[in-house]
Amino acid sequence: MRKVRASIIGFGSVGQGVAEVLLRKGDELKSLGIDLDVVAIADSKGSEVNLAGIDLKAALGRKREFGTVAIDDLTGEDVIKSVDHDIVIETTPTDIETGGIGLVNMVAAFEFGRHVVTSNKGPLALKYRELVEAAKEADRKLLFEATVGGAMPIINLVRDTLAGNEILSVEGILNGTCNYILTRMMEEHASYEQMLAESQELGIAETDPTYDVEGIDTACKLVILANSIFNQDATYQDVDVTGITKVTLESLSLAYDEGYVIKLIGEVKKDRLRVSPRLVPASHPLAVGGTLNVASVSTDLAGTITVTGRGAGSIETASAILSDIISIYKD
Amino acid sequence: MRVSMDIELKDTPGQLLLALNPISELKGNLKSIVHHHEERTPRSTIPVQLVFEIEPANLEVLIGRLEDNGIGVARVDEKRFTAHGAVLLIGHIVHTDIQDTIDTIDKTGFAEVVNISLSMPQIDMRSSASLKIDAVGKNELHEAISVLRQVAIKKDLVVIEPIEAEIS
Ligand SMILES: NC(=O)c1ccc[n+]([C@@H]2O[C@H](COP(=O)([O-])OP(=O)(O)OC[C@H]3O[C@@H](n4cnc5c(N)ncnc54)[C@H](OP(=O)(O)O)[C@@H]3O)[C@@H](O)[C@H]2O)c1
Repeated sequence: MRKVRASIIGFGSVGQGVAEVLLRKGDELKSLGIDLDVVAIADSKGSEVNLAGIDLKAALGRKREFGTVAIDDLTGEDVIKSVDHDIVIETTPTDIETGGIGLVNMVAAFEFGRHVVTSNKGPLALKYRELVEAAKEADRKLLFEATVGGAMPIINLVRDTLAGNEILSVEGILNGTCNYILTRMMEEHASYEQMLAESQELGIAETDPTYDVEGIDTACKLVILANSIFNQDATYQDVDVTGITKVTLESLSLAYDEGYVIKLIGEVKKDRLRVSPRLVPASHPLAVGGTLNVASVSTDLAGTITVTGRGAGSIETASAILSDIISIYKD
Repeated sequence: MRVSMDIELKDTPGQLLLALNPISELKGNLKSIVHHHEERTPRSTIPVQLVFEIEPANLEVLIGRLEDNGIGVARVDEKRFTAHGAVLLIGHIVHTDIQDTIDTIDKTGFAEVVNISLSMPQIDMRSSASLKIDAVGKNELHEAISVLRQVAIKKDLVVIEPIEAEIS
């Protein structure tokens, strides 16, 4: 049995999902030889530290009741630097301008010899090379399956299952909010504005939806794919981005008459990174509805492989984080 | 069928008519003429490229008549539109001269807009259009769509292209 101590930095939807999943999967982890304790949890107000292992159920209850887990004034960054542990589970908010606190946390984690498993796109979309270098230098892992497509496996699929294949392109729907809006416009024969409002009411879209509907979120994910799968050194500036705000109901109807649906598609190729609304044949595997994500990976040997799944959600995203944690200790 | 033909004219007046008359006699439908006035072949003739529609059965007859008229036929290609694609446009499509938008595709010679459906909710509002494009091959279809993309940028139109799998 291997003793593993982890911190959860950022205790929002995903961080709490990780805590719940760890509670539920403790026995499975043990059967894989991993005895995992969460020794610190941090949110924006402070942290709880317990070297003997935090009672996750109590921590979740406290967060729900009081809005914070903070018992100590220690920040997430302090925790990473001062509390002895093995893995930092980094789930603070995405900042695509500077990388934000997530970038600071990841750099600190490697400096102090800790693995990083994350759902936070910002640092990876901005500073991929630097982070990979820092991880290598520290001889630690940087795993980020949860950053692209949530529960839908894509990065590990390509790295492990499709190992040996040359990847020619990846094309897919990587933003559930846009997919929801476009799907509902067609179902309800409603305008973009109406369906945006609906998805905001349902909590599928943020109050400020810019990041999703303008294609920025998809573009960040493409950058992560380009860098990790295609070994590029791409940044957000390299992506040609058009969002869905100008898609009209009439265009969806015209497309439908020709046998197509319109989807916001992200496309990665050696020479091209592009996010744009595209025509997808209604019977094509990429034509998934609702909030689903989907990706088609085109390879030289295996042909085209398509995966689909939930691109977001607390437990779903935690699932990708859990599989990354397991993969560190599996071999 | 659609035919692309390179012919060579002698540098004397009236030659072009000698080339075009047989096409109309055989009920052909001329699509384009590219006439290189300044160019000369090594045989001092003027190269001209024609594209026209004609009944397949009449093509051999036509070539015979052209040669009888003293016109050299250097190359004959049947031009088949093997690639078909759909593209949507959103924006002020009509106000920005829809004919000109279509012409930029048709002028390529290797692709043309064969169908267009327009949906205009209200005057002054952005309209949507679906264009069907035929091209002589996949590469040409790609090229035609990228020509359209350039025009769309100038006219501030959104182009919704098919996914890669549809056109490759
Ligand atoms: N939600 C999803 O389905 C999903 C899917 C894939 C990827 N992601 C990514 O995963 C990350 C987390 O998403 P989320 O939905 O869980 O966001 P969230 O609900 O907003 O949670 C963010 C958490 O980070 C905490 N935080 C903010 N600043 C901090 C700081 N300086 N130090 C420590 N903690 C700090 C917040 O504290 P408070 O609780 O005190 O505000 C909150 O607990 C984001 O990068 C997101 O893009 C999310």
